[in-house]
Amino acid sequence: MSHTHITTAFDEELKYLTRRISEMGGLAEQMVADSVRALVNSDLALAQKVISDDTILDDAERQIGEKAIVTIAKRQPVASDLREIMGSIRIAADLERVGDLGKNTAKRVIAVAGSGVPRKLARGLEHLAELAAVQLKEVLDVYASRSPEKANSIRERDEEIDAIYTSLFRELLTYMMEDPRNITTCTHLLFCAKNIERIGDHATNIAETIYYMATGSQPEGERPKDDTTPSVGAGE
Amino acid sequence: MNIMSEAAVEKALDKKMSTVNFKMVGKDVSVYYGEKRALFDVNLNVRKNTVTALIGPSGCGKSTFLRTLNRMNDTIEGCRVVGKITLDTDDIYDPTVDVVELRARVGMVFQKPNPFPKSIYENIAYGPRIHGLARHKADMDEIVENSLQKAGLWNEVKDRLQEPGTGLSGGQQQRLCIARAVAVSPEVILMDEPCSALDPIATAKVEELIHELRSNFTIVIVTHSMQQAARVSQRTAMFHLGNLVEENETDKMFTNPDDQRTQDYIMGRFG
Repeated sequence: MSHTHITTAFDEELKYLTRRISEMGGLAEQMVADSVRALVNSDLALAQKVISDDTILDDAERQIGEKAIVTIAKRQPVASDLREIMGSIRIAADLERVGDLGKNTAKRVIAVAGSGVPRKLARGLEHLAELAAVQLKEVLDVYASRSPEKANSIRERDEEIDAIYTSLFRELLTYMMEDPRNITTCTHLLFCAKNIERIGDHATNIAETIYYMATGSQPEGERPKDDTTPSVGAGE
Repeated sequence: MNIMSEAAVEKALDKKMSTVNFKMVGKDVSVYYGEKRALFDVNLNVRKNTVTALIGPSGCGKSTFLRTLNRMNDTIEGCRVVGKITLDTDDIYDPTVDVVELRARVGMVFQKPNPFPKSIYENIAYGPRIHGLARHKADMDEIVENSLQKAGLWNEVKDRLQEPGTGLSGGQQQRLCIARAVAVSPEVILMDEPCSALDPIATAKVEELIHELRSNFTIVIVTHSMQQAARVSQRTAMFHLGNLVEENETDKMFTNPDDQRTQDYIMGRFG
């Protein structure tokens, strides 16, 4: 990225993609925070806002995709230019999914609002959401700096979210076992927790994409995983 | 007929190449035009049955290097080549080398199609005749047909072999020139911007031809079109200011080149 293109219009097209990704990132971050706040406060108006914001993200992803296609067709980009454009497409898709997950959480606010969210669980969810939001915010900062080292360090931090998700999962099971009347609420909350955990995964995806954009090679080694929920309850 | 899928052909070729087989080796090659030095100690090896693309900005020395491979520089007044270039094991600058014979082994196709002002048939037959490759008319007929077949031109010209080669379209003329180069059964074919005077369809046909010729010949192509280099070659060499900057697998070169200058050049950035 050291020099500008001889064709300045090409630079403009790349800048457009970068700017739109940043905008999407900001909105996705906001939606995640709002959806969890709406959930723990049973704030239906805020939930509705999250639901309607999702269409902005959907549109942005489509526009980024279209711009990327046109740019590839016109400029036939190579090397880091090509990686840049392919990266934009992937990151836009991840951010669009983050929006969907926020929206899904927001939709559950109505179902959960009647019974309210138990204090302890609310704290767990908020903590999980905070971590996911930090992860998302940092990955967007890395997107701006294109630092492969920082991208790698974010990738390695997804473990923490997975661990908290696993403990929330156990807690929710406990609540359900204590009193079957909790099952409806707890099932919804379980999905919400899963949504947030998935947001962390998307942030990790984005970090990996940035690493590839910056270096041209895939990050090495297995992605760290600490989500042990698939085995919870299995003969414990 | 032996039918092999394209993937199978690629695999077979790759297998053949797994032990790297250099057809031509350039060692510390420098070229001077009078006082001016145009190439600086270039070390570049050309792999057998591979298309090697030479890229770089104008005046970078890529055409100069190409011309050293069959001593076309000999024809330029005041041009001096230093270093060593071998074809298989033969030093091509050895004083005992017969340059005409060398150019039969290392053929060349130029930027502008340059058919002889003769019939299509004679354009092809000329080389084999002077090299004594055909004893009888039947042999010559076979060479002409084979060469035109290989150049993908046979079906288009078989009914008018006696018409002048200059009457063909630009793309056909260039394929005629490739057929002419192929007719003397060379080992290496050098191409100096073979498509720069052709329209996109003729270009695609020549590129397809290069792809097919790869199984029988070793090809070195100079091109100003990055996309062409990316499409037709397996190896790419980047020249800059008379130096070889980077030689790499084409796939690597166009996705993640090692050298910043290559990166800037192929991406069209200010260096």
